[in-house]
Amino acid sequence: MSEQLPIVDYLVLDESPYLEANECNNCSARFFDRRNACASCGGTDFGRNRISNEAVLTSFSIVHRAAPSVPVPFVSAIVKTVDGTSVRSNVVGLEDPMDAELGMNLILTTYSCGTDDDGKECIAFGYKPV
Amino acid sequence: MSGDSIWIIGASMTKFARYEDQDAVDLASTASLEAMTDAGVSIHDMDVLAAGTLFQASTSMGQRIQKQIGQTGIPAYNVSNACATGATAIRTVYLSIKAGEADMGIAIGVEQMGKMGLLSGATKSERNVFEPSGRYGAAMGVDGFLGTETMPGVFAQAGMQYAYENDGVGFEQFARVAYKNHKHSTLNPLAQYQKEFSMEEVMGAPVQSYPNTLLMCCPTGDGAAAVILVSEEKLRSLPTETQKRAVKISASVLTSDPYVESGQVQPDVNTLTRNAASQAYEMAGVGPEDLDLVELHDCFATAELIHYDNLGLCEPGGAGDFIDSGKPFRDGSMPVNVSGGLISKGHPIGATGVANVFEVTTHLRGEAGDRQIEGAKVGLAHVIGLGSSCGIHILEKAS
Repeated sequence: MSEQLPIVDYLVLDESPYLEANECNNCSARFFDRRNACASCGGTDFGRNRISNEAVLTSFSIVHRAAPSVPVPFVSAIVKTVDGTSVRSNVVGLEDPMDAELGMNLILTTYSCGTDDDGKECIAFGYKPV
Repeated sequence: MSGDSIWIIGASMTKFARYEDQDAVDLASTASLEAMTDAGVSIHDMDVLAAGTLFQASTSMGQRIQKQIGQTGIPAYNVSNACATGATAIRTVYLSIKAGEADMGIAIGVEQMGKMGLLSGATKSERNVFEPSGRYGAAMGVDGFLGTETMPGVFAQAGMQYAYENDGVGFEQFARVAYKNHKHSTLNPLAQYQKEFSMEEVMGAPVQSYPNTLLMCCPTGDGAAAVILVSEEKLRSLPTETQKRAVKISASVLTSDPYVESGQVQPDVNTLTRNAASQAYEMAGVGPEDLDLVELHDCFATAELIHYDNLGLCEPGGAGDFIDSGKPFRDGSMPVNVSGGLISKGHPIGATGVANVFEVTTHLRGEAGDRQIEGAKVGLAHVIGLGSSCGIHILEKAS
């Protein structure tokens, strides 16, 4: 099996993949990147927290025009996980992109987005309808 | 006139277009000289200059303009603040006058984008190697895999979020915004495009990022605009005709985006606009009901619709009904983007925030020709730059 790596470091490729965020220990604001201080409260003490895989589609756009290297169309999505974290990703697994509906229930899934010249496979995450 | 208000005495903009025979310095210099001529003053009257450009931000644009219009040794501030660049240039001069360091100054916005295509989005490297890098440890470009990074898509999502939270908003309402602005542009000779399209044509145009079709997206282009600002004391020393045509800056506000939970994945263009609007209305002592026209940041049709609500032009949650009612059309009760807006007038980024102040100023002076909103006394100019930054100026006709 080829070496796999996540598309971003906040995707944890466990047996059951999930997202993980830095969480402010004072106000519980979550960040997918590192922060010197919390953008919400200014606190400087952070822990790591697992994000729920269940989410609701709160906004989307069906992208038909993108850079030449990006396959179109795809459904760009903003989802809200059931534990209150907004995530940007794609809605995957729809027969027709126009089947995307605001408020639909989704769950995190992963898929391969290619293998590089050294044989490493990159794993992305998306959200599919429940 | 009373107090320590700051006034606009000169305003100009080039036609927005794609110029192959002029560069950004030429365009900025043309707008600057015309604004000074409009004000009846010269470069020797200027105490400060602020020049805004985004894509040439590191090129000392202000000093390059000075070499075309007069090197008098005054402070030159080069500013860059995404799509709020022009408004930031105005505010830089405004603050210099407020601080007592200047009596008169010129704010210039300029951009040369040509046929630039999509802004932001993926780039492709020569070798295909996955290597974690950047603040998110991204192994590869994520555009297209983790949502979109392109502007039509980001602003489509801003509009769809509003549709999720409010009733009466859908593809047709967003399309009607573009229909309106293209219709308005036919009266503005300075607009990049002056062509009316039917609703069917707007909705049937190639989809860029649903719900934004091609005719619901602003074009890239070239252009410049400039305004001359003076202190009230200085204004009183100028000819009567200059004083009569002067337009008061009743509010000048710049905000950045405060923390919201979703901000790290989707730029929040709402909260900073709402904050800027409430500050501006309080500063000017007016409310949305007092406005005779509004030039707001319609980079995409989805953006204009949500700003009806953010600026308090409609009932909370009522932006869909607002556009359906016809109120923001030029013959409606709250004309919005009678210039044609960014969608038709064009959006040379650094110029935009000055150009919308030019537009409102021209109407308040009663000099807008065929597109004049009759009897306009108060107007609002709004821009937003992703990052994010929001600039609002409320202008009033001299009484």
